[in-house]
Amino acid sequence: MLSIFELPKEKSNNHALNRWTMTQDPSALALVLGGDATLYAIVQLSLMVSLAATALAALVGLPLGAYIALVQFPGRPLVIVVMNAFMGLPPVVVGLAVYLLLSRSGPLGFLGVLFTPRAMIVAQALLVIPIIAALTRQTIEDLWVEYRDELTAMRVGPFARILTLIWDARFSLVTALLAGFGRAAAEVGTVMIVGGNIDGFTRTMTTAIALETSKGDLALALGLGIVLITLIIIVNAAAWGIRRLGELRAG
Amino acid sequence: MRAPASELPILFEDVCVDARDVRILSEVTLALGTGAPTVLIGPNGSGKTTVLRLAMGLLAPSAGRITWGGRDRTDGRRLAMVSQRPVMLRRSAVANVTYALGATGVAWARRNDRADELLARVSLSNQAARPARRLSGGEQQRLALARALARDPEVLCLDEPTASLDPANTKAVEEIVTAIAASGVKVMMATHDLGQARRLAGDVVLLVGGRICEQAPATQFFSSPTTPEAAAFVRGDLVI
Repeated sequence: MLSIFELPKEKSNNHALNRWTMTQDPSALALVLGGDATLYAIVQLSLMVSLAATALAALVGLPLGAYIALVQFPGRPLVIVVMNAFMGLPPVVVGLAVYLLLSRSGPLGFLGVLFTPRAMIVAQALLVIPIIAALTRQTIEDLWVEYRDELTAMRVGPFARILTLIWDARFSLVTALLAGFGRAAAEVGTVMIVGGNIDGFTRTMTTAIALETSKGDLALALGLGIVLITLIIIVNAAAWGIRRLGELRAG
Repeated sequence: MRAPASELPILFEDVCVDARDVRILSEVTLALGTGAPTVLIGPNGSGKTTVLRLAMGLLAPSAGRITWGGRDRTDGRRLAMVSQRPVMLRRSAVANVTYALGATGVAWARRNDRADELLARVSLSNQAARPARRLSGGEQQRLALARALARDPEVLCLDEPTASLDPANTKAVEEIVTAIAASGVKVMMATHDLGQARRLAGDVVLLVGGRICEQAPATQFFSSPTTPEAAAFVRGDLVI
């Protein structure tokens, strides 16, 4: 009897993009624990792309969210509604838009970054920015109610207010960053379109899972799934630990 | 660099404040000059905090006029305020003070020494490295005073600074306030603690229902109040 980690391959495994050469069907667990170099290259690329996209999105989303929280301007309610709505942006639509921008005939085609990890980072960042910005706006707006009188009495300027509130909300904002990272790490449609799922170059865990599933290599797909979920848990646990430590130290 | 212009006297001329069609302050005329602390007393909702916010330039009157040293506007550089429950920034006690020094424009190199001086002034030197939010209520109030003093204020507005403190902490805060006033800072304080008003006030302003009921030097206010509300307040009756 086969265990859940020993699902059989349903069809041949000779796709041109697939470099795995397996003389026998390995179990998902064996692949993970065996230190398969190709598998870990995919894991490494996935982590690099998702973390870089989250960092890029944080650079834009944190100040953008804080600015919208603190500054009144015409059309602000509309911006907030659109930003909240964009938290649910369809990845394939973002992928398509970035593809059109970066393709040879597109306005940014001269950069030559389509089907590279850089394009994947940009596309994922576009998906994550609304999540981080919307959650930051809500967090900072709530904190501003508490801080308004104090900072106004201290005559703290608008730019310094943004920095102060982001810093003082840093532990709450970790949640926004984790939500963004979760979105990036779990995303498949965008990176498939702008990355091309090129073996050894732009293949991530999610695109590899999609490919291997379609090919019937369920053991490998499941192995990658285990790694992906484990990594997400590790990143969240690390963030939780850092947050608790920070709260203990900063009060 | 040119010295900032004096904020004193702060003059209120027939000042009214409306909030959503409700008048919360009516025709307040008040002169705040140098000298002993001016204490605003009155029941909750009488307008004490509103007067302090107006004096700080944090609120614009709906009618009437306020001037600071003869000017219609203040940049607030030498005005400071401490509220009943001051917000502690999420950092250490000393970092709270250096933050306030930074907001005032004190050079980076001088901030640490100045912060140490200010913490010593409020007897918090031994708590400098502790997270501000982990200090006790009394310590937080003293830290808020240190933060206010970082502005090198000419006028210090205190909004019921001891309302949530026990007698020992109240005494500590009152001693600091007395020392601040003695150093030449004009203290303007709201309280509904009659005993505190007796201990600290140079002048007393009694507010009831958004109007000034009586204003007089403290000795005169407590010995011979001229209005029934003031007399009731001095007797310790409930004034609503």
